[in-house]
Amino acid sequence: MLRWRIALLALTVAATACAHSQAQPSGTGDAGSAVSGDVTVFAAASLMEAFEQIGQVFETRHPDTTVRFNFAGSQRLATQITQGAPADVFASADTILMDAVASAGGAASDAEIFAGNVLQIAVEPGNPRNVAGLEDLANTDVTVVLAAEEVPAGRYARGALDAAGVTIAPVSLETDVRAVLSKVSLGEADAGIVYASDVVAAGGAVHGVEIASDRNTAADYPAALLEGAPNPEGGRAFLELLTSPAARRILQDAGFSVP
Amino acid sequence: MSASDEPRTAVPAGVGVLGALGVVLLTLPLIGLASRTPWADIPRLLREPSVLQAVRLSLVASLSALALSTVLGVPLAWLLARTDFPGRRLVRALAVLPMVLPPVVGGVALLLAFGRRGLFGQVLFELTGWSLPFTTAGVVLAETFVAMPFLLVTVESGLRSMDRRYEEAAATLGASRWTILRTVTLPLTAPSLTGGMALCWARALGEFGATISFAGNLPGRTQTMPLAVYLELESNPPAAYLLSFLLLAISVAVLIALRDRYLGQ
Repeated sequence: MLRWRIALLALTVAATACAHSQAQPSGTGDAGSAVSGDVTVFAAASLMEAFEQIGQVFETRHPDTTVRFNFAGSQRLATQITQGAPADVFASADTILMDAVASAGGAASDAEIFAGNVLQIAVEPGNPRNVAGLEDLANTDVTVVLAAEEVPAGRYARGALDAAGVTIAPVSLETDVRAVLSKVSLGEADAGIVYASDVVAAGGAVHGVEIASDRNTAADYPAALLEGAPNPEGGRAFLELLTSPAARRILQDAGFSVP
Repeated sequence: MSASDEPRTAVPAGVGVLGALGVVLLTLPLIGLASRTPWADIPRLLREPSVLQAVRLSLVASLSALALSTVLGVPLAWLLARTDFPGRRLVRALAVLPMVLPPVVGGVALLLAFGRRGLFGQVLFELTGWSLPFTTAGVVLAETFVAMPFLLVTVESGLRSMDRRYEEAAATLGASRWTILRTVTLPLTAPSLTGGMALCWARALGEFGATISFAGNLPGRTQTMPLAVYLELESNPPAAYLLSFLLLAISVAVLIALRDRYLGQ
């Protein structure tokens, strides 16, 4: 008897759930069309924490979706995309790599800048080496880690060093900006050039030294829907969310600027 | 031992198909790599500083790791095979753990032990002002950590399977323990020693995860061939294909050198 009751209860719940999910599109009316399934977002490593939060907002607004992120250096993501990795959205840390993907026929929509960033010098908490600016990185007592030249953060860092006329000998060229950050937060390196947002993401694990604005490079973050996206509706909805007030607030809290 | 001596086995259809699929899975990537290797550009690519530096550094680091593994691994293999000290089984388990440990975890563990803030590394840094991460010595350490177990297990099994009577005979003839080890034991285990060394060297040469997380990536100092492959794939794909092919060729050469062990019947 009990078994039947449970079965009946299960049926009722299922029926209610069905009715509910059918009613939802007209009920919430978000973006007009129902978005469902996996949405795959390839995003620059520096976007990690902000995008994970934005992904949660997305999944709350579109309950039938799951956002899957692939965070890495933008140059690696661009390579993966041009090699045919199935992704819906590419969010790059620079426009050069986005243009490269677009010119290889990889982008299905015009890229839109949704965030900006500036560089900072990450040092150990308390700044024991008294790093005050880029010049101090030339000091041979200071172990400096940079991102590799292929990585947007690495290219921006070289631009800033060139603008300051400073030549340094980094001990390692990391494959994404977060690897630079971790070398400093682990105490293996004295300093690394990262984004202001990375210093925020590190919490108290590193201290950020500002770089004078005339030498600092402003990073632009473009995002676009990708050609052959497995879930174009999902991708479009994610791009839409990126420029919404909710996402802007998250990005600003994470240390990015928003256009 | 020719095939004609053995009774022929009828192959069930499913087994044949799955076996063939297995062959395709294992060989297609190799064919893909060979098909994209820029044969005509090899002389030019081999002169490129980024390629040359990576090859030179890989040789130096992997041969140093091999030397260190031999110096430390052979005595340890002897102790594990010939003595029965307390905790021997635990020591062996710990010593072979890096064979199954994800190398990147090995790199993190090395950082926490030998890094500037590591258990031992901090003492070293405070005493000498020197630290292992970001140095070629760090690469050698990472490669040794990952590769030495391969030498260890091969030599230990060689010692275990050896006929002990030769050693006993030498002992009854009055040879010292050191003389026995040097003139009887080591020559008799030479095949497993060379096999273990070849495996160890190949593993050290291919090391990636522990190296990049412990020693970082700097051309000429810590950027070994696998790291260069990883990075060149983004900026200079032909160089990445060439380096990959070189590593493949070396692996094939090692396999041929070990043919008795792995390419037997």
